[in-house]
This record gives sequence, structure tokens and C-alpha cells, in this order.
Amino acid sequence: MKLVILNGRIIDPSQNLDQVTNLYLSRGRIVGMGDQAPEGFTATQEVDATGKWILPGLVDLQARLGEPGSNFAGSIASETKAAAAGGITSICCPPDTSPVNDSQAVTELLQRRARQASTAFVMPIGALTIDLKGERLSGIYSLKQAGCVALSQANTPIRSALTLKNALEYTSTQDMVVMLRCEDQQLKNGGVAHSGPVSSRLGLPEIPSSAETTALARDLILVEEAGVRAHFSQLSCARSVEMIADAKKRGLPITCDVAIHQLHLSEMDVLGFNSLFHVSPPLRSMQDKQALLMGLKSGVIDAVVSDHTPLQKDEKLLPFGESMPGISGLETLLPLLMKLVQENDLDLMTAIRCVTQNPAKILGVQRGTLDINQPADLSIFNPEGIWTLKVNEMLSEGQNTPFQGWEFIGQVEQTFFQGRSVYRKNQV
Amino acid sequence: MSRLTGPNIQLNELGQLHHFLTIEGLKQQHLIEILDTAESFINPNTQEIKKVPILRGKTIMNLFFEPSTRTRTTFEIAEKRLSAQVESLDIETSAAKKGESLLDTLWNLQAMQTDMFVIRHAQSGAAQFFSQHVAPHVHVLNAGDGQHAHPTQAMLDMFTIRKHKGSVFDLKVAIVGDVLHSRVVRSQIQALSILEAREIRVVGPKTLMPESPEAMGIHVYHDMEEGIKDVDVIIMVRLQNERMTSALIPSEKEFFKLYGLTKERLALAKPDAIVMHPGPINRGVEISSEVADGPQSVILEQVTYGIAVRMAVMSIIMSNAAQLKQHRAEQASLDLDEPHTLNAMEEANS
Repeated sequence: MKLVILNGRIIDPSQNLDQVTNLYLSRGRIVGMGDQAPEGFTATQEVDATGKWILPGLVDLQARLGEPGSNFAGSIASETKAAAAGGITSICCPPDTSPVNDSQAVTELLQRRARQASTAFVMPIGALTIDLKGERLSGIYSLKQAGCVALSQANTPIRSALTLKNALEYTSTQDMVVMLRCEDQQLKNGGVAHSGPVSSRLGLPEIPSSAETTALARDLILVEEAGVRAHFSQLSCARSVEMIADAKKRGLPITCDVAIHQLHLSEMDVLGFNSLFHVSPPLRSMQDKQALLMGLKSGVIDAVVSDHTPLQKDEKLLPFGESMPGISGLETLLPLLMKLVQENDLDLMTAIRCVTQNPAKILGVQRGTLDINQPADLSIFNPEGIWTLKVNEMLSEGQNTPFQGWEFIGQVEQTFFQGRSVYRKNQV
Repeated sequence: MSRLTGPNIQLNELGQLHHFLTIEGLKQQHLIEILDTAESFINPNTQEIKKVPILRGKTIMNLFFEPSTRTRTTFEIAEKRLSAQVESLDIETSAAKKGESLLDTLWNLQAMQTDMFVIRHAQSGAAQFFSQHVAPHVHVLNAGDGQHAHPTQAMLDMFTIRKHKGSVFDLKVAIVGDVLHSRVVRSQIQALSILEAREIRVVGPKTLMPESPEAMGIHVYHDMEEGIKDVDVIIMVRLQNERMTSALIPSEKEFFKLYGLTKERLALAKPDAIVMHPGPINRGVEISSEVADGPQSVILEQVTYGIAVRMAVMSIIMSNAAQLKQHRAEQASLDLDEPHTLNAMEEANS
């Protein structure tokens, strides 16, 4: 099949491109761009994208896909469909599955399921330690061979500095990126909300910013010593942004990301005890939120992730502190990012770069680009039209979103994965 | 900070108490009504609490997800003095871990014709959570949720203060001890501020003080002598054992040295200052026996008043419900010509 997408505004940060023209796809790849079709190209199908934007398929560094195990809602089939609806075509899934992805078998299972669903490029992240316990190292080389693109501890950081040091040094010789969530469990001390005016008034057990920053300080020093390529996941504090900026200035091979909800919500949203706002790391102060946004603008923060955590309804039907943290976020990553652009908090190129070129570069994969010969992963985005997020219209099986009822401008109309249409609005 | 006070979900459409979850967001008139009603339950000559038939035919379920003897007992006594039918259940939190089973428990008990739940739970916000899942005619009364609120305890403290000082207005109040972990103190601070106390001080080591006292409108003192100087009321807070094991303070002995209320220290407060404590007291930890049993101590009165105040809250909530029903019936008859109000009329007639 040879497909031409006509007259779309092609926005591709990887080529510094923002231009209205045609895009030519063939055999699952992009084969040309411009007013003239490449030689020998005769379209068998045409899509008119006049007035629409063509975006590279988004690359999400952290989304839970519900498989294997019953920790989360949904399946690879359901959650990759939700991703497609949000313009996301490449997804890293963290190892906190059940069983934990600390073996070739689980990695292969994930890949097999992803191939069956064939809606998005699923990139498993292997567990750095067996069963994420932070004690013994997983078979890191085996995980790499099986196709893991990175290693992480998901939301359970290694407590022992010695074990972490060993894990980082061992991994440094395997040319793999290690993703680190920084959180000192002792300082967290069972907390569920940022320590600030809201936790003071509501009496919610507190998580101080130092739970993140002290862990980050430790990890940065060990990363520097080990010389490993490290990526810091889901920063939440202003001070963390400063620390990352300093480390980057020193020339450390590090990158970092922020979850999209941290750029829109703050501790103030926890005031009603609404468990949908229970996330980990917690929603922090307005100042932290501003600093994260500034970090994204200045390039200190490289990527934005959905931190998609689809949960059974049950898991949120509990008092705030007993509920499971997390947001079903695949379908709101792009809309929330666009909202920042519309509110002049972020320029369009930077916004798109943080969810395409940058995350692809962090992983070292050829995705998130519309360059010639690359996989034809893209979405057609209608920049106009106001719509409201309704939970019952979400494709994810996790309906745990605090953004129900939010109004957005612009929406994905169609998504292509390796040249095939995997999502079309109102035609699921 | 305006976003800190959201719409108050414990009030009905007439602005009256429907649930009693927290002091926060209530108006002075709500608190005064509770205090005045409590007063009416106490015989002015004998100081005894009357038995009244106000809640005859009503069923009150005391749900305690966290152990309590005193609060539960005073609630039960208050309910019985109001002639309600009373059931008390201790629920192991382990048996109610999953969301559905927790709410299933609630709905099952609701189906037993319960009119009001009195709930204690270890999680902050639990009372509000339950109030959002009960039927519209069922009331929830918070008997302590995590570190969030314990509004009836705060109201009985206000009642005690008013008994001795005539009013809370313009008083200087010092609260001493573990402010950070105390739901009682959070509610007390809100009540004191709504009733326009002049100054609310909290006294204790930094490890037991909240992160953002300014958001609560309080002044922090780390020095006991300075903190209680010239105050009208001293409220001592019970120190829990786990504060030592989690290294927040060194020992009971050292705490007493720094913050214990002794006769000598009490002399720094106003001569007619009263000493309060939500009980049970740790003698020689927060307070010396001399002070606890001394003439300025009102600790045991607080227990008695607790019954009257809880009776007041429950009777006000039930009488508000009756008023609301009547209000809706009147509204429905006013709109008699409007065909769409048929449902409302049926409801009013039932």
C-alpha cells in the first residue's frame, strides 16, 4: 500500500521542520516528503490533511500496560489502543509487572503480546534487580539480548547504596541506560502527600521534598563514579531541577523526565481528599510546578511522560492514603501538553520534541521522527475544535483520571503505526 | 490561599449541617448553635445531663475502624440519652482492605435502616470519603479520621472554655505538645479561629510542629515559658509512645523537662488561666499531677461536657434533616403548576 498524506502541516523537531506539504508512506516506512512524490511512487490511497498537523508518533518513556499480572487494569491490547488515541506509538513499559520483568521470559511475553496487538511499538524496561527487591542483580545482559531498551527499579528505588553502586558499575559495561526514580523510602516514611500547607491542614502523612533530593544527590554521585548513562524519572521538586542542571554542566551523561500531570496540578488539588489526585511522587507546590516547567523550557528536563498507571476502580474507591497512586494518562499526554502551548507556557517545537525526538534519543531508538526511511509512525492532529474529556469515552481500561471534564482544544484524528491506521476518531 | 476552602460538603442546601466531618469551613453561627444546644442538655442546678426523646426511632451505628474506648463510650452514652437505637461495631481494617469490600460493609449497614454513622478511621479524609458514598438521607459524624479532624472533641473543648471564660472571643490560647500528628489540635485551631480567639500559639519541638504553621494561622513557640506567658487557656496534648520510637523526641523525661506543665510554669500564664487536656493524661510526661489535679485544671469537666456536645451535634443534624424535608415539601407545593415537579411532590409525600 502506498499512502500519501496531502497538505498537512508537518511538525518534526528531529528535522527542525514545520512546513505544509505532502508525506509519502510505503511498506510501513516514510519514503518521501514534499510537493513532488518520490520517483516511482504512485499513491494507492490519499488522505487529505488540509488544516491538520502531522506529528511524529509520540514516544512515552513510562506507561504501564496492565500485563502480565493483575496489579493494574487493562491489557497490552487495550492500553496500546488508548495510546494510539493519544497519538502515542512507542511505549516503554516499566518492570513492575507481576511477575516482575526481570527475565527473558517476561520480556519475550511482553513483546509477543505487543506483536499480537500490533498497535504500538512496545519497549520493555528490565528490572535492575531480581523481583525489584534491590538485593541481587537481574541478568542484565540477558535482558538486553531479549530486547529490553533500559533498566529500572520502577517505583521501588534500591535502598542500599552499595547495591546501587554495583548495579550501576555492572550496567556501565553493557551500554544500557539506567532509569532511576529518586525517593528515599525512610524520608518518605509512609507519606502520601507533599509536606506543605495542604498536608498541614488536612493531616495527610507527608513526603518532604528531601525524600527526592537526598536520593537524587546520592544517585548522581554514584552515576558519576560508575560512568553509566542514567536517566532520572519523574522529577517533582524545584531543587531536583537545579541539581540536574548542575550535573549536566559538569558533563555527566544524564537525562531526565517529568510526568505531564506535574505540569498542570499541584498540592492544592489534594484539598478535597480526592484519591484521583493521589500520585507518586506527590503533587508538590506551585513553585515546584513552575520550576519543572522552566526546566522543560530551558532543556534541563529532556522528556515528558504519561506515567500511565491504569487502575481497577476499586483501587481508588478508598480513603486518600489507602488508595493506589497513579493516573491513567496515555490519552491526556498530548492534550495536556498542547494546553501548555496554548497557554504560552511552552513553545510548540519544544513541546513536541519532549515527547518525540528526545525520548527516542534517550533510548537510542529510531522512533519519534518523520525522517525518510524511518517507520511510518505518526498522527494526524486537528488543532481546532473544543472537546471535553469524558471518562466513559476513554479507551484505557483504567478510568482513574483527575482530568475528567477538562476542556481541550485540538485532538488526534488518526494514528498510523508502521504505515497502518491503528486509530481513527469515532471509528474505534 | 483562597483555594484552600472548597465548597463545604457537610452542609445541606439550606447551609445547615448535614454531616459533621470537620470544623473547617463552618461559620460562627454553626459553632454557636452547637454550644447553645449542648448547654440546653445540662441541668443548670445539678449539672446532670438530661435524657430526651429527640432521636426516638432513629438508628445510629458507631463504626470504629480504629480502637477507642473513651470517644466510643461518650458517643454511646450521648446516643442513648437522645433515646436513639445504638449499634457499635469494631471493624478490623485488615478485613476491609479492598475498596469494594469497605464500601460493601458501609452499604450493608446502611441497608439496616441506619440514619447516622459515627465513624473513626485511621486515614485522614476517611469520614469525608464515607459521606460521599452513603445515601442522601444518611448522616456521617466524624469521630476522628487519621491526623485530619476530630470535630466533636474540639467543640467540647470550646464548650469548656466558654463555660469558664464566658466566650472564646479575644482569648489567648496555647496548645502544647504533638501538634503535627494530632487531629484534635487541627480541629481545635479551626474552632478557635472561627470563634475569634485573639491568639493561637502552639508550643513544642520542631519535630512535632507542622510544616506550614502560617497556613493554619498559628504562632509557633519552641520555648515553653515564652509560649504560655499571659495566656488564658493552656491545652496540653497527649504524647504518643511512638513519637519516641520514631526518634521525634529523645524521651518522656526530656519532654517533661522542656514542655511539661508544672506549677511553676503555670504561674507564667494569666492567674485565672484554665488547663485542659483531651485525656487520658500521662502524669509526669505532659503535665505534673499537681497541675492536673489542681484548681485550674478542668480536665474531668471536659469528659462530661463531651456527652452534651455530642448530643447537641446529633440532635442538630436530625432536626436539620426534618427542616430540609419540610422546606422541600413547601418548594414542591409552590411549584404545583409545574409538571416537572411531580417527582419532588412524590418525594415530599412519602
